Amino acid sequence: MATVAEQLKQSRAPKKTEDVGSIPQWKLMVRRFRQSKLSVIALFVLLIMYALMIFGDFLAPYPHNELDSNSAFVAPTKIVWGPQGPGVYGITQQLNQELLKWEYTEDPSIIYPIRFFVTGHEYRLFAIIPMNVHLFGLETPPGVTQKVFLWGADKEGRDLFSRVLKGSQVSLTLGFVGVVLSVTIGSLIGTTSGYFGGPIDNLIQRLIELIRSFPDLPLYMALAAALPLDVDILVRFFLITIIIALIGWTGLAREVRGKVLAYASLDYTNAALAVGASHWYIITRHLVPNAMSHIIVVGMLAIPGAIGLETALSFLGLGILPPAVSWGVLLRDAQTIQAVVAYPWLLLPVACLVIAVLSFNLLGDGVRDAVDPYG
Amino acid sequence: MLNFVLRRVVNMMVLLVVVSFVGFWIIQLPPGSILDVQMQRLRAQGGNLPESQIEALRQRYGVDDPFLVQYWKWISRSLQGDFGTSFQTDQSVAERIFNRLGISIGLSLTALLFTWLVSIPIGVYSATHRYTWPDYVITLAQFFGLSIPGFLLALVLLIVASQLWDQPIGGLFSTQFADAPWSIAKVVDFIQHIWIAVIVLAVGATAGLTRVMRANLLDVLNMQYIQTARAKGLTEAVVIWKHAVRNAIHPLVMSLGTLLPALVVGEALIAIILSMPTIGPLYLDALRSQDMYLAGTILVMLSALLLIGNLLADLLLAWVDPRVRLD
Repeated sequence: MATVAEQLKQSRAPKKTEDVGSIPQWKLMVRRFRQSKLSVIALFVLLIMYALMIFGDFLAPYPHNELDSNSAFVAPTKIVWGPQGPGVYGITQQLNQELLKWEYTEDPSIIYPIRFFVTGHEYRLFAIIPMNVHLFGLETPPGVTQKVFLWGADKEGRDLFSRVLKGSQVSLTLGFVGVVLSVTIGSLIGTTSGYFGGPIDNLIQRLIELIRSFPDLPLYMALAAALPLDVDILVRFFLITIIIALIGWTGLAREVRGKVLAYASLDYTNAALAVGASHWYIITRHLVPNAMSHIIVVGMLAIPGAIGLETALSFLGLGILPPAVSWGVLLRDAQTIQAVVAYPWLLLPVACLVIAVLSFNLLGDGVRDAVDPYG
Repeated sequence: MLNFVLRRVVNMMVLLVVVSFVGFWIIQLPPGSILDVQMQRLRAQGGNLPESQIEALRQRYGVDDPFLVQYWKWISRSLQGDFGTSFQTDQSVAERIFNRLGISIGLSLTALLFTWLVSIPIGVYSATHRYTWPDYVITLAQFFGLSIPGFLLALVLLIVASQLWDQPIGGLFSTQFADAPWSIAKVVDFIQHIWIAVIVLAVGATAGLTRVMRANLLDVLNMQYIQTARAKGLTEAVVIWKHAVRNAIHPLVMSLGTLLPALVVGEALIAIILSMPTIGPLYLDALRSQDMYLAGTILVMLSALLLIGNLLADLLLAWVDPRVRLD
């Protein structure tokens, strides 16, 4: 048994502490980030979502715009275990004359097997490699056109699962690109404004004040309504991205300006000036990196808003327009309570949207704590 | 103080003029005009329009005027209280807007009140009980509140309410009350119709404000004067509500300026789902059909609301916090 003195000695012995100063900053950041469990989970969820998005065309069994009048509003197909592995029951369609609604009955005596790595419609993986192999598909005898609808079908009989995957390619990138753009614009203009001061600062601040005098959503709506309708899908995608960026930068510019105002009078800025550094050099090498952590946090927290904005605009019919799909376009099908009660799977795109936005919010929160690991 | 108010009011006036100019410019950007839309519709309905009639319509709507002339016509008439005639319905713009603006603002004020009544106590509770399980539940609920799009929440609430108890769907009144004079039954019916809208409108803002309130109060609670207050034996309730909350509430006052117009605007999506006759659907409709006087007036009016809201928030802040008055 240890004596009291020994116990005391043990408890006084320094615990394994590290010198915080000797650990590189990024390691501290990672460590702090991993402390917030919710943020780590959110990060994994987002990584999975983006992976699904990238391989979307491979995972989607059918073209997202393939119409099928035999499958209007088919409920999500039940997967059963048949003699040849997973499969689905044969389904027959008939019209309910009273409710004027298509009804589908399963025939357990017929099982069509689900096959993996089947050849299907042509697509380009990563938009480059031409391929026609899909992860899964239904094997049906010739003459039978039944499909497997993991997430059900919409009113035109289009496969919702394929559509959600296709829509994610717009919804998950548009907001992201928009925020990257607006953060770039905002940090450059904000830094310039704070660094030069005087009339330039004044002009920029008045411009920001003007933009912020408009309520956001109506301004976005007005600008989106002014976009030409008859342009290529990709062009419209970028135009909407630019609209999101053009209005979104003002808040960040203001905050960055405030930070830079503080840095601009510090010794190291003056020293750099004295040894002949150009303004551009000082801005990009000294001021922006100093405000970087702040910029990243604001950017992260702005992404969910931008994703929601795209969805809202598309939902209102002003953003991405059919035949292109985004989650907002898919939500248009779910805007009446009658449709949602009768065909609840139409809300699946909403679930994806909520998960994505929630994850971005949680991730941004974790990053905010992590970029200041000394706090 | 008077100087402060005057300066802010003049600043706001100048901004409003510029805003109206830029706003009108954006609204008339799309090529073509509602006249084209109208003529297409008329042609589709019944054959050709005589050239003279088209010319008369063009004259009347001034679609061929240069931009500055259009702007001047619109703004000078607006200042006299005549906002022009909506192309679509030939109703006066003022009539169409004010009918709906009243409902929109009423709805938003109710939602605002709801937001404050809920977010302040919850924020305070969550800050004073930091890292307990109710705090975690509140935090998670906040994230959900911020993440769920309002229109989805509206749908879900509508479904739940209509399945559980006889929730009337859509509109502001049941048909039997629509034209009836105000009575208690009508008020009850009205509340039954709008409670979902109020909650849905308030949820996002409530979640945001609760977080702000929690963060601020946590900052304030670390201050020395709080320690002093505790040390001299004040009860915890007095310390929190009289000393701490009063100083933590500034951002909530400031948010008043942006919150009101945001709520007025935010109902655009929700109103479509709940089919309520408010300003949002009207604006969307005007934009789609290129009804530029109507859309322009709404846009500028909402901006004015935003600016007035900001002004009110500034004044309120100056009143709450003497330090603001100094500069």
